[in-house]
Amino acid sequence: MLADAARGFLDQAAPVAHLRGLRDAGQTQDRALWSEMAAMGWAGVLVPEDAGGSDMGHAAACALAGEMGRTLVTSPFLSTAVIAATALRQVSDARAAQSLARIARGEVTYALAIDEGAKFDPEATQMQARAEGNGFRLTGEKRFVVDGANADRLLVLARTDGGLTLFEIPADRDGITREAQAMIDSRDAARITLADVIATGEDVLGQVDDAMTVLAPALRAGQAALAAEMAGLAAGAFGMTVEYLKERKQFGVPIGAFQALQHRAAHLWCECEVTASAVLNAGRMLDEDPANAAMAVSLAKARATDTAQRAVQEGVQMHGGIGMTDAFDMGFYMKRARVAAEWLGDYGYHANIVAQARGF
Amino acid sequence: MPEEDKALAAFRDELRSWLEANCPADMRDGRNDEASICWGGKNWTFASEAQRTWLQRCVSKGYTVPTWPIEYGGAGLSRDQEKVFHQEMRRLNARYPLQSFGIWMLGPALLHFGTHEQKLHYLPPIARGEIRWCQGYSEPGAGSDLANVQSRAEDKGDHWLVNGQKIWTSYADQADWIFALLRTDREAPKHKGISFILLDMTSPGVTTRPIKLISGASPFCETFFDNVEVPREQVVGEVNRGWDVAKYLLTHEREMISAAGGTMGSGRALGAVLAESGSTDTILRADAMRAEVDGLAVALTLERYKDQAEAGQGAGDASAMLKYMGTELNKRRLELVMAAGGSDALVWEDGRAPNWLRTKANSIEGGTSEVMLSIISKRVLGLPG
Repeated sequence: MLADAARGFLDQAAPVAHLRGLRDAGQTQDRALWSEMAAMGWAGVLVPEDAGGSDMGHAAACALAGEMGRTLVTSPFLSTAVIAATALRQVSDARAAQSLARIARGEVTYALAIDEGAKFDPEATQMQARAEGNGFRLTGEKRFVVDGANADRLLVLARTDGGLTLFEIPADRDGITREAQAMIDSRDAARITLADVIATGEDVLGQVDDAMTVLAPALRAGQAALAAEMAGLAAGAFGMTVEYLKERKQFGVPIGAFQALQHRAAHLWCECEVTASAVLNAGRMLDEDPANAAMAVSLAKARATDTAQRAVQEGVQMHGGIGMTDAFDMGFYMKRARVAAEWLGDYGYHANIVAQARGF
Repeated sequence: MPEEDKALAAFRDELRSWLEANCPADMRDGRNDEASICWGGKNWTFASEAQRTWLQRCVSKGYTVPTWPIEYGGAGLSRDQEKVFHQEMRRLNARYPLQSFGIWMLGPALLHFGTHEQKLHYLPPIARGEIRWCQGYSEPGAGSDLANVQSRAEDKGDHWLVNGQKIWTSYADQADWIFALLRTDREAPKHKGISFILLDMTSPGVTTRPIKLISGASPFCETFFDNVEVPREQVVGEVNRGWDVAKYLLTHEREMISAAGGTMGSGRALGAVLAESGSTDTILRADAMRAEVDGLAVALTLERYKDQAEAGQGAGDASAMLKYMGTELNKRRLELVMAAGGSDALVWEDGRAPNWLRTKANSIEGGTSEVMLSIISKRVLGLPG
């Protein structure tokens, strides 16, 4: 139901041509589109009803992300409505409730600043949050901050005396320099430098030295939704490919009549179906048993990473030369699949989590 | 708690106490290998008193075929109750009391295509483990091209006269009855002249010959019909429409084969296999981790399709996907088990090699992987040709 409605809207408002148009205009986000999504309750999908949200849960958030993946919709959905909203929900104070209400209304966007190296590894965070008086001073550099150039606020992970601490600060605070990176997927990611940025105790989300109580659920929610987006991306690329197999003629017949291509396509469909199961399971586990959802989420992200990359590679191969052209959409799918593969942990990162849970 | 959940919780409590009280200690080792399975049938010799007791107790509750209607020997469980049943069986590590082609294949086909009289006549003995069935599908000239079966049943008024040969009939030498695809119209197009007929293996003119396989075992046979007389009413579905029954049964067979591979959540984790072997091979470990990721996702897919299907119905054309993914994965798993075992696993007595070799048939029996991919490309994806 929700997915059908979302598909109807996105097919009109944000087909792949929308992303192409933004890219050609040198933009990475469309705030007007995000306002429309917020009006439909998408920005508040994980915000409690008493804070003005639609509170539909993680399975619903994954369904929306999946539909966005089909047409490569660029929006602050994952960073703001999924990751930041889930982080803020772990904290029960009036400020967090206000922030959640603003997210639901589409008034504020967030970016999660974790990565410092080329690979996702939160525990390796080096950025210093030096204690000073009642507050902190943050210094260091964050890379691959997705949605970071456009975001109004940042969630910054930094090292404090006794561990890791998560800070929630405005993106334009003194000492913050944001440098938008030209990314292969034509979306927003920034390199962000913090030089002696002042943070008060009020800017700490959750407890000092204990980022993970707040951050771990937010990461799992984001990873599940990203897996859903990638499964949707795979389905979108696959759908284009199957249509092409029926239309394109060589040797006087549709190329889809050749068994070599039929079997490649059928295998890819099987992979997409299996990955869809893992994604559905992750959303359900986050709603029903969040404390034990870690393996389900990593299973979904690992599978979705694998399947999305397979789908775009097969997509280009089966389209032949036209698949290599910028004028054709498949390249957008391939480049987004590559970026999404890295974000929030790649195949190896998540397969390791599954393996540990299974006795390796 | 909603009423529905309360009822399910009550069912779980009752089932749990029943299993605790009735499952013999020796049946709580979760074993599912050839030596531990109870196949039933007139020729069956129980491996132990515990095996006999466990079967009898389950029969009394309908738990050998938990989702079948009570009047046909089942327990009439809903899909939700069935899930609880399997969870509680796993919790106790209980062996399944009875397994058979009657349960997996003929039963679902009879429930769908059989007359009320046929269901009443054939299903309860399957549920009680009294009659063991085998499958007469493949022939020397009808493998992947199954509809090319040439074994024929001639209409002789009050009976059929059956002649021909079947091959790969699993356990035909131990089965009491066979369900067979036989040509009843030689003029019609090949799919339209086949009937689905039930035969008593003790009928005069039926002979079997085991085929020795690469694993050393002989689970498969050749079966010969030489002027076998079969009563007229032993046709399931309409005469000459047996292909419909055959295809429906195949979807169940494919789900059964994909589930049997230990790919389900209850299957042994490859992590444990590796840990036990003491292997420090990082490449083997990476391969095993990938297989574990894929195995868990395939198991979730089986569950998802069961949830989607109507009670007692199969996954239809998607069963080709479950069969293909499940069996290819199972072959991968057993290759990894052998690699982890090293030279220890190369000795027949060790027991791993026969299982490894057996899996090679998984992607052939019940329709090859390539046939599955062709079914998907035509029926699911709508590709031409």
